[in-house]
Amino acid sequence: MTRREGSAFSGLGVVFLKEFADQLSGTRMRLLEALIVLTAMATIYAAIQTIKNVVGEDVFLFLRLFTTAKEPLPSFVAFAGFLVPLLAIALGFDAVNGEFQRRTLGRVLSQPIYRDALLFGKYLAGLATLALVLLAVWLLITGLGILFTGLAPSGEEVARSLLYLAATLAYGGVWLAVALFFSVVFKSPTTSALAAIGVWLFFTVFWGMIAGLLAPVISPVHYGFPEEVLRQAQTELALARIAPNTLYAEATLALLQPEVRALGPVLPAQLEGMVLGTPLPLSQSVLLVWPQFAGLIAASVLFFTLAYVVFQRMEIRA
Amino acid sequence: MMAAIETQGLTKRYGRLVAVEDLNLVVERGEVFGILGPNGSGKTTTILMLLGLTEPTQGSVRVLGRDPVREPLKVKRKVGYLPDTVGFYDELSGRENLRYTAALNGLRGPAVEARIEELLDQMGLLDAADRPVRTYSRGMKQRLGLADVLLKEPELVILDEPTLGLDPQAAHEFLHLVRSLKERGLTVLLSSHLLHQVQAITDRVGLFRKGRMELVGSVPELAKRVLGGAYRIRVRAEGEGLEAALAAIPGVLRVRREDGAFLLETERDLRPDVARAVVQEGGRLFGLELEEPSLDEIYRAYFEEVSRDAA
Repeated sequence: MTRREGSAFSGLGVVFLKEFADQLSGTRMRLLEALIVLTAMATIYAAIQTIKNVVGEDVFLFLRLFTTAKEPLPSFVAFAGFLVPLLAIALGFDAVNGEFQRRTLGRVLSQPIYRDALLFGKYLAGLATLALVLLAVWLLITGLGILFTGLAPSGEEVARSLLYLAATLAYGGVWLAVALFFSVVFKSPTTSALAAIGVWLFFTVFWGMIAGLLAPVISPVHYGFPEEVLRQAQTELALARIAPNTLYAEATLALLQPEVRALGPVLPAQLEGMVLGTPLPLSQSVLLVWPQFAGLIAASVLFFTLAYVVFQRMEIRA
Repeated sequence: MMAAIETQGLTKRYGRLVAVEDLNLVVERGEVFGILGPNGSGKTTTILMLLGLTEPTQGSVRVLGRDPVREPLKVKRKVGYLPDTVGFYDELSGRENLRYTAALNGLRGPAVEARIEELLDQMGLLDAADRPVRTYSRGMKQRLGLADVLLKEPELVILDEPTLGLDPQAAHEFLHLVRSLKERGLTVLLSSHLLHQVQAITDRVGLFRKGRMELVGSVPELAKRVLGGAYRIRVRAEGEGLEAALAAIPGVLRVRREDGAFLLETERDLRPDVARAVVQEGGRLFGLELEEPSLDEIYRAYFEEVSRDAA
């Protein structure tokens, strides 16, 4: 088999720009933006009410804006962990089957571009839209924070919150790829939306329970040795980390709470000589979440590749 | 010069289903070629293989001298394709839809804007150019589709069921537009199951049935081959012994009675001879017309024959 001619990316920019423009001008986007902005304002306002009392006592006050919850509202981080997958799925669930339904697919693919360009362009446009929304929300939170607390965030706080934003984007990218995959597999946008939401619910609600059930089966505790207990805990954690939401939660935790020193079981021996409660430097926190980051990106690549393979073989006729 | 389309032993199977079998098709440059047959006879599959959108199971394809599987971009740059039910981005205007296609072809700049304007004008869409496509009628979308196809200045235009869903007037106008492409030196391949509609605008046709192209040629050629005589004359006349007299005219192959008229199959246009014969027999002549053999008739006659032979 000889190499195919031309670049797989010719037309990529064109597809990207059109899809990006479509996403930004669509009604769907307006609704989601409104939802996210409302969430951000409500949670941040609630957090500020709580934080105001402790101003001056906390070095990372600014980061607390993201993580502080006040009954009955959860923290912004918790809300984002919930809304970002939904947003990503909403941006991608009809990417390919929507073209199919509108009967534009045959016409577009008969233009001198490869299918690669169409799929990748759509993915990148979704990711760019997501990035744009997240950045806007981040600016909103920062602005509100400065306005209400009267404090400017430190360099490290800005860096940590931007890294948190990057982690959120990587997490959204996974669900975008999942949605894209289902939009290739299923001909009907309704089915693909439900399938993507189903997968998301499965990981969010059930996977933790399943990991808890499977761990004792894989690594049983027979005699109650500490080694056995530790192995079981590690198995459970490894299983839980298959779910992107676990990886994302861990990354968020370590990035926004600098005092977090480990993600997983820690032995007393490892704590020796450690000053508890002191924050880690930024570089160490990044090192801590690097595997989580890599895992999220790998999951995106995996689902995108699956979507790509199915799309290449897809019959475009009705 | 190479033929516009050339296939050899082209076959496509979906599992056990044979969609197209052993297709040997040659379409010359500048020709309007119709691939005709009922739904499900393999027309669309053939078209998708010509465009490299579906890979053939067997056989070879050359489109404008290139292999659409190996060099899809070069082929698609020179071939315009209008799918059977063409769709556009509803929320964009006709002009914006054309702009997107132009950009996908790497065409940009003021020259392209002028070309879009010109095409919209030719297709009679200038007034609607900046309205969202969702407000377009079926016929307007079809014309926008043709503008979309012509935008890249193709050498070959492939139209899949271009008259599907159009009312007779719109279909007639659309086919007239298609015919005008020939004058611009384009090669046109179109598929249809409405044989009578495309008869008027095609140079040659290929008749498909169950994945096989069974007959190829111009309509008069096929008529001669399938229906026997190439000319058919309908004679409305009254009188004794006319049938024998008509049959005796040199060049008349067959005489039939149909709806109170005589239907003659002849080798040439024998209308003057027929008129003379009727008058000489003392008959009364009411009408005399040359009938164009219709593709529908050819198709029916041929495949009736084939299925009779098979049975």
